[in-house]
Amino acid sequence: MMLTLARRESFWGFAFIAPWILGALVFTLLPMGASFVISLTNFDPRYPDAVQSVGFANYQRMFSDPLVLQSLAVTVKFAALMLPLTLGVSLGLAMLVNNPKLLGRNVFRTLFYMPTQIPIVATTLIWQGVLNLHTGWVNYVLGAFGIAGPDWLNSTVWVYPGLSLISVWGTGTMMLIALAGLQSIPTELYEAARIDGAGKWAQFRNVTLPMVSPVFFYNLIIALIGTFQYFTQAYVLTNGRGDPDNATLFFNLNLYREGWRYYDMGYAATLAWLLFVIVLALTVILFRTRSRWVFEGAAR
Amino acid sequence: MTLAAAQQLPHIGLRGLLGRRLRKWTAISSVTFLGLVVVSAYLMPLGYMAATALKDAAQMSETGAPLYPAKPSTFTWQGQDYAVYNVPTADGVRQWALVDPRREDATFVDPAHPESGTIEWQGRWRTLEQAWQFGLELENFVTVWNQINFGRLLLNTFAIAMISTLGTLLSSTVVAYGFSRFRFPGKNGLFLLLLATIILPFQITLIPTFAVFLALGWTGTWLPLLVPHFFANAYNVFLLRQYFVTIPRELDEAAMMDGASPFRVLISVIVPQSIPVLTAVGLFHFFFAWNDFFQPLIYLQGNIDLQPLSVGIAVFNALYSQKPTLIQAAAVMSIVVPVAIFFFAQRAFMRGIVITGVEK
Repeated sequence: MMLTLARRESFWGFAFIAPWILGALVFTLLPMGASFVISLTNFDPRYPDAVQSVGFANYQRMFSDPLVLQSLAVTVKFAALMLPLTLGVSLGLAMLVNNPKLLGRNVFRTLFYMPTQIPIVATTLIWQGVLNLHTGWVNYVLGAFGIAGPDWLNSTVWVYPGLSLISVWGTGTMMLIALAGLQSIPTELYEAARIDGAGKWAQFRNVTLPMVSPVFFYNLIIALIGTFQYFTQAYVLTNGRGDPDNATLFFNLNLYREGWRYYDMGYAATLAWLLFVIVLALTVILFRTRSRWVFEGAAR
Repeated sequence: MTLAAAQQLPHIGLRGLLGRRLRKWTAISSVTFLGLVVVSAYLMPLGYMAATALKDAAQMSETGAPLYPAKPSTFTWQGQDYAVYNVPTADGVRQWALVDPRREDATFVDPAHPESGTIEWQGRWRTLEQAWQFGLELENFVTVWNQINFGRLLLNTFAIAMISTLGTLLSSTVVAYGFSRFRFPGKNGLFLLLLATIILPFQITLIPTFAVFLALGWTGTWLPLLVPHFFANAYNVFLLRQYFVTIPRELDEAAMMDGASPFRVLISVIVPQSIPVLTAVGLFHFFFAWNDFFQPLIYLQGNIDLQPLSVGIAVFNALYSQKPTLIQAAAVMSIVVPVAIFFFAQRAFMRGIVITGVEK
């Protein structure tokens, strides 16, 4: 009797999770294996019957491909600017909407979160205009202070700050996560710091930052992986050309061009594996060094 | 604290109390003012978008034109239209209509006092700035609508987002129920596998999946964008399962006593209890699908009739990059629906973020 009950329960359990098992097999696990097989070939979607094995030639090519190196350099340059900026802005906005002296905090919170829900293509179109050399409002404001604004998106130097500004519009989610972190800080800690004579800055430095560090760590991982997935903004700005002078040739854009512009899908699959290894390695490294970033006393 | 109570306290007179209130209000208004400044700067691009979409192309390229949508001022005098200029005079800058331009001098008329006749002015009229008056240009929206068959794109986007949201809600709910309520061999291992697939970059399965859809003849249709969502999304399963385990089992057992099958329990106990989280997951996924660019780009390349807004607008941007007024009009049109849904459902959104902890 017990046995049959347990068996019946297993049967129902498997029946209910069957869609995911099927989906994971067909859309994730088998393709993962297949993508390694494809990376050993010269697969061209236009001539699927002419596929041939090329051994590890794609991997050899990848390690000496200047475009791959360029795309990694682009991603690193962008991440070095964008990560500190978005993490800082999201914490600043969270502290602002968490301030009890702010009237209408919920309205502010909603307004800061709203741009996150604007489709990325539209966001890119809007900022492409805002950052325009002559007619954009950013340079208009800079001009009002007597600063000649740069040609943001057409300069190999200024394109990274420009793209980072666009990313600031997507910090709504990070802000909410940071806000949850701020709200979980016990007020006694601030009181204790005040009694010890800590000023505003010392309180921020010694209470706020350590206490939100676990949340920040989570934000950092998500954002860092996001920079290696960065694609839409770069594609829309230059119609996939990577202008100016390959300064926006992000890793994914390069992968897309190899696969869907030059139809070299064997090579694109190889690049996908490199991406996988990089993302995995970054995640592992970050988790291994977590103790340096994160104050462990903070309850999570 | 009331005034009467304050009077009874030692050392705090009326003045001290008022001073403290005043300080409190000063702090509140200064922080709120700072908030207003920051939010204005943050949302400035939306202002740029709206203003640019409502301008005509001529105003964009005109130096000295105002930032708000405007048209050159004109003044009708004796049946003729004349352009209005900002003219420096002895009494300060005046806005006069230019009746007869000559090389070194010109004849103006004052629109405020046309009855007092023409005014002779010494100086080069070409050095003067045109006067502008507020005026909206709605033609851009009509142009964009016709150029890219906007209605069609909107319909496609909506259909793809709705169908795939329905698919992921149905399948993810069923799978999350299986993980939250039943014991079966290998359950923990399978759940770990599910979590592992969440952080997997989608590129890794992209090319083989593309090859399979190509072999099936599905490229150039919506099927690759829809079918996978009917096989549960790992992240959504995770969110729903976290919520389902908090629903007391007594409710299931009560239903089972009445002879309900496991499927019946899901329909009449779990789902009604989980409306907030289902709403949140549905909303997140709807926005994700509305936003998706890479997948429609590779599967619908060249099939304009089936493309969603994201791809259509990007193509439009490549063609009309020299016409900011049209580009911004297209941006306005493509954000109206998501922003409206967001404000309409923002309480469900915010609650969903609280329930699920994070979001896609």
